[in-house]
Amino acid sequence: MKIIERSDFSLLFAVLKSKGFIIIGPTSRDGAIIYDDIQSVEDLPAGWSDEQDCGKYRLRRRNDEALFGYAVGPHSWKKYLHVAEQRLWSASKNGSDLEMHPDQIVPPKLAFLGVRSCELHAIAIQDKVLLQGPYEDDFYSVRRKNIFIIAVNCTQAGGTCFCASMKTGPRVSEGFDLALTEVLEKDRHYFVVEAGTENGKEVLAAISKTEATEKEKQEASEAIDKALQQMRRTLDTEGLKELLYRNYDNPRWDHVAKRCLSCANCTIVCPTCFCTTIEDVTDLSGNHAERRQKWDSCFHMQFSYIHGGSVRASAKSRYRQWMTHKLATWQDQFGSSGCVGCGRCITWCPVGIDITEEAGAIRQSDKKGVMK
Amino acid sequence: MITTLEPILSGHPFFKGLPEPYLKLITGCASNARFDAGQKVFQSGEQANTFYIIRNGKVAVEIFVPGRGDVTIETLAEGDVLGWSWLFPPYMWHFSARAIDLTRAIAMDGKCLRTKCDSDPALGYELLKRISSVLMQRLEAANMQLLDVYGPRK
Amino acid sequence: MMDSGMPQSCRIDRILRETQDTFSLHLSGRGSETFLPGQFNMLYVFGVGEIPLSISGDPQQKDLTVHTVRNVGIVTGALAGLRKGDCVGLRGPFGSGWPIDAAEGNDVVVIAGGIGLAPLRPVLYKLLANREKYGKVVLLYGTRSPEDILFRKELESWRGRFDMEVDVTVDHAMADWRGSVGVVTSLIPRANFDANNCIAMICGPEVMMYFCALELLKCGLDATEIYLSMERNMKCAMGFCGHCQLGPKFICKDGPVFSYDRIRDWLTKGEI
Repeated sequence: MKIIERSDFSLLFAVLKSKGFIIIGPTSRDGAIIYDDIQSVEDLPAGWSDEQDCGKYRLRRRNDEALFGYAVGPHSWKKYLHVAEQRLWSASKNGSDLEMHPDQIVPPKLAFLGVRSCELHAIAIQDKVLLQGPYEDDFYSVRRKNIFIIAVNCTQAGGTCFCASMKTGPRVSEGFDLALTEVLEKDRHYFVVEAGTENGKEVLAAISKTEATEKEKQEASEAIDKALQQMRRTLDTEGLKELLYRNYDNPRWDHVAKRCLSCANCTIVCPTCFCTTIEDVTDLSGNHAERRQKWDSCFHMQFSYIHGGSVRASAKSRYRQWMTHKLATWQDQFGSSGCVGCGRCITWCPVGIDITEEAGAIRQSDKKGVMK
Repeated sequence: MITTLEPILSGHPFFKGLPEPYLKLITGCASNARFDAGQKVFQSGEQANTFYIIRNGKVAVEIFVPGRGDVTIETLAEGDVLGWSWLFPPYMWHFSARAIDLTRAIAMDGKCLRTKCDSDPALGYELLKRISSVLMQRLEAANMQLLDVYGPRK
Repeated sequence: MMDSGMPQSCRIDRILRETQDTFSLHLSGRGSETFLPGQFNMLYVFGVGEIPLSISGDPQQKDLTVHTVRNVGIVTGALAGLRKGDCVGLRGPFGSGWPIDAAEGNDVVVIAGGIGLAPLRPVLYKLLANREKYGKVVLLYGTRSPEDILFRKELESWRGRFDMEVDVTVDHAMADWRGSVGVVTSLIPRANFDANNCIAMICGPEVMMYFCALELLKCGLDATEIYLSMERNMKCAMGFCGHCQLGPKFICKDGPVFSYDRIRDWLTKGEI
């Protein structure tokens, strides 16, 4: 592990740019910390933190100048990998003949700066869905190959975080090129940096030659432990799949349905939600057509449309679909939970529905034998 | 040579498990019936005093709908029981029945059986049990037909 | 897989009118690629949209892809307006097939409801092409009315065979119909097959398949011996878009053919 002093942090930007990377990282905009192209250290939201709770997100000033002293915001990295909208192919008509024109994409080299442990897990989960099934999503595959990941160990838990319960953090474990832990001492601000790949080693070597001391590593580790201790929410995952499988008729779903607006916010902010829809469009001449893929949500009425109506017509059935997919059926489909405990769905739900609370309530009523 | 109908009745699923004395009693109310193709078995509105156990052939249960003609509700074949209106007041057929193919059946004298059931409720219970089972199957099937699952999707 | 993501252009060689709202398209352009009975293709009408359609033709026939279509919506309506010589986009085949190999040595009961006969027709072609490998072959077919009977000529010719039992019923009929009237489940107790040595394949509206499965269980078949073809909203057909999920199953890649034991728990819950 190496040390990068705060004063040298701009070297990271310089080295990445020299290698042709566009750097995507956290920046403050419109009252939230979101992901966007950033040019320098100055674009990072230094000295800012967030307050998150059910249906609540506020920025607040810190009393220090930490570069990564906040939790995740409404954006997730799927914005760049499993993009919100893209063209799949186009076609043209020539008399009665049909000509297909495939699309090749040449995505830019992107460096993701500030990827949290929960987000690394989320990317791995989307890799499983889109690359490791019977078919491979070629567009996702091409974008995915060109990413350089600089992970950040959380040293402060967000208000809605529960990664510890989902075993996805706060400490990063794998899937990164570089991993940073920010340490703020009274008169020193530095980063303990670990390389996870050969590419990462190469970039790190160009920035720092200073080995981290045992004490510095200790400080970093304790900072991560603080995040662990601060975590306020838990989700008991013991037998969770079976619990939800036997509770499809639990009255708790009616309780949620009274509140859920089917607004689809949770699916938009969730870093693992992958559902898309296909749109076939044509131009006015009728000779040129395109197929586009767009993010979709199981909360939309037409998502389950068949034979003149929707299979999941009620808001209750759609909320149940989302939650049981995320926490239960995902396990049978992909071998892991679909939830990484990032808390975004809790923060960005306009009525403040909390997935940990819902899971807990179902577990309680199941224990009491409500659904015997 | 006259063969008794008792072995035929006792072998039929409808009468399975019926105690021996009742089987004899019922055989006393049974007779052979035969309908040529196209022949009416019973007409809606008429007195319902008989029910039939179809031995072979095919019978259409139908109703006349003004503007549409005779609509077939369902067809019954070998082994099926035709008619239950004989058991419930006002003992009148609500539908018609017509043989589609040459049909042989055992006709059961409902009026005679009704009298015997009134004096022996245990016999009545045995018959009602069996009729209800037939009714239940027909009801489930009718509900399925009502769903019009093959209908237009709009 | 780009070739399963982007349609291939295929030409309509022939259009057959089957019933008043159903027609079959004979397409060429797929080359020698074959399919398993039960699989489906995604058919694209230029500028209109794309739908999943079961393959309804003979797997032995090279470079002939047959789809039987019912005109009920935007894309099927557009397909109905096409002419011989027009092109459609085709990608596939997708999904799991009927258990024809597993059925060898067994009696086979094929139960179809309405347009459900289309995905099962390739099964019958396969069974009859290798007739000696199977025990009794029974086809039970139910549809709305005599005018809606699909593939009527083929049904009548199969009914004439000595090595196959065919029974047809309709939900509604006028008095001039001399066949059976009633639900297709009523044909099951009367059919001639050995429940201890039997594989059943059912395709039709979900309610119909459910009641047929119940009836077969009553006859003594095991839930692992009864197969259904399921249907849900489908967009990508490759397991990416998430639309076709039925509980944990993706109809496009885990199905559409499922043995009853794999989906029975999900069928009776509403809104899944």
